[in-house]
Amino acid sequence: MLGRLQSLGHWALGTFERLGRASTLLLSILAGLPGLLLRPRLLIQQTFSIGVLSLLIIVVSGWFVGMVLGFQLYNTLVDFGADASLGPVIALTLVRELGPVVTALLFAGRAGSALTAEIGLMKATEQLSGMEMMAVDPIKRVLAPRFLGGVISMPLLAAIFSIVGVYGGYFVGVGLLGVDKGSYWAQMQSMVDFHDDVLNGIIKSVVFGVVATWIAVFEGYDAVPTSEGVSRATTRTVVHTSLAVLGLDFVLTALMYGVS
Amino acid sequence: MQARTLEIWVGLFVAAGFAALFLLAMQVSNLTMVGGGSSYLLKARFENIAGLKVRAPVTVAGVPVGRVTAITYDSDTYQAVVSMRIEAQYNKLPDDTSASVLTSGLVGEKYVGLEPGGDTEMLKNGSVIKLTQSSLVLENLIGKFLFSKASGGGK
Amino acid sequence: MTTPLVEIRDLHFARGSRPIFDGIDLDIHRGKITAIMGPSGTGKTTLLKLIGGQLRPQSGRVTVDGRNVHTLRHGELYELRKRMGMLFQSGALLTDLDVYENVAFPLREHTDLPEPMIRDLVLMKLEAVGLRGARNLMTNELSGGMARRVALARAIALDPMMIMYDEPFTGQDPISMGVLVKLIRSLNDALGLTSIIVSHDVQETAAISDYIYLLSGGKVVAHGSPEELEHSSSEWAQQFLQGLADGPVPFHYRAVPYADDLLAGRETGGAR
Repeated sequence: MLGRLQSLGHWALGTFERLGRASTLLLSILAGLPGLLLRPRLLIQQTFSIGVLSLLIIVVSGWFVGMVLGFQLYNTLVDFGADASLGPVIALTLVRELGPVVTALLFAGRAGSALTAEIGLMKATEQLSGMEMMAVDPIKRVLAPRFLGGVISMPLLAAIFSIVGVYGGYFVGVGLLGVDKGSYWAQMQSMVDFHDDVLNGIIKSVVFGVVATWIAVFEGYDAVPTSEGVSRATTRTVVHTSLAVLGLDFVLTALMYGVS
Repeated sequence: MQARTLEIWVGLFVAAGFAALFLLAMQVSNLTMVGGGSSYLLKARFENIAGLKVRAPVTVAGVPVGRVTAITYDSDTYQAVVSMRIEAQYNKLPDDTSASVLTSGLVGEKYVGLEPGGDTEMLKNGSVIKLTQSSLVLENLIGKFLFSKASGGGK
Repeated sequence: MTTPLVEIRDLHFARGSRPIFDGIDLDIHRGKITAIMGPSGTGKTTLLKLIGGQLRPQSGRVTVDGRNVHTLRHGELYELRKRMGMLFQSGALLTDLDVYENVAFPLREHTDLPEPMIRDLVLMKLEAVGLRGARNLMTNELSGGMARRVALARAIALDPMMIMYDEPFTGQDPISMGVLVKLIRSLNDALGLTSIIVSHDVQETAAISDYIYLLSGGKVVAHGSPEELEHSSSEWAQQFLQGLADGPVPFHYRAVPYADDLLAGRETGGAR
């Protein structure tokens, strides 16, 4: 019993310690962001490897999620004779929830794990130490551009996911199941609000972008510099990001739509 | 050369992202409706608005002309006060226009329908619509129906 | 005699509860090659990181060129580091850049030189380590010895006042070892550098160093020129330099007497 209590205490202390280190790292990264303005090339490079390389999985997943929503929601709605509402229901599901959340989860698996592995390996092979000894601050040179690249990429990826999903649903609903084309778009436009739905979705994806990239960059920078340590850190990135995204999504949804 | 392809890809990615945001704004939602600047405010008092929500459409002859922006309760008159924002282009609504809370379909969303009257005076920003018809509440209807049946049967 | 470039006084450093250094005094003289030797795990690499300001000691003082490394502010420390080169055991080359860009890296980061001048400088540094022809190779195409030579070219790119070598000879075949030994000596003399070599390769290190410190158990156990150490009466120096299995550093890890251990097993029925 005492031993269990003790290990619980150890775990709590360790968690707070890591949170503290992660926070100081975030502050140093934020301090390094203005310097990036002078070197846009670094940012472009990272936006490529984080954003552009995630594009394929985002487009394909968005299309399939949209098609599945088309089938599932049509079957439910048609029972109420409300199949004309297919458009708005698909759009609201994607724009409010699935767009930001699924994009963030895919981002954790594709870009987040790659970021952690890359930074962890740079640490394990002493590249980060080497930079420090060359008087180049690795937080500014390595972490800051990756962080900003991730934060920029996430909302763009989420928007692409949502719009591709809407067209995937259109393909199934209008193309295969025979929902009226006009009502698909018209109902969508009258039910989806730019401020309440689209903007809130974008805000969510920006928050997820900050959190997912922060976790990925921190886990890499904080990894035990061995191959085992890096692989553990990579796993932690995916697990922690997924949990953080789902938890934050609940909080944000409650704030945005819960109390009116 | 390799550096250039990198920049082109990133450029394409950012452009695609913004195109998606633009489509979300213009095609999926209707950004033009909320373009706040050119619109005017109307108010209407209802006995009962059961089911009407903020952002519900306001229509004239079935054409959406605006949205409900706020619903408040007036504790002096025990009435619901519904504020509506109507697009500026639909500014020829007579003073004796009536408003009713309607339902689209049997289980559809509630919306506000405006029925133009014959007055020569027009509604202005801040005007209050006097003639209103409340929401139909299914339970009340069924209650009335049963009551009339019962009293009819007693005779 | 001029003041030493690096002065270490009464340095204490512990990692967690495990003490690494327990009061060390060292002097690194200008223009000389100083070797710091000792068995694995004595914290030789840690010492280099303390000199470079990457780690902070619990107490004691490290001065480089008259400045106390651990009281400098961030910006000042980075200015000082521009004048220090460090050669990591693995080379620490940036894996996403080729050889040319690796050597150009510190120049691009710290100077605004025009491209032709950077090219001249990079080719000059690569020529010095004999790898001008390898400038377009990626780092994963290099052998271990070549990677260290590229790292050396990078370390001298900004013309530093000193270079620290972390285990430069470990895992090298005899030829590349010979190349590195020659390079360290000739660069030191040609560029007027001060070199610090951390190593446990006795022969090679002793052959090129001017002065040797032997570390063990967190203390300096012997120091002197290679000749002095060879003839020193210190048991410790003799064991290390000749590679004897037993001596002040015992062959056996700390344990209860062997006979007791065997008997104990019999009494408890073989548990443990």
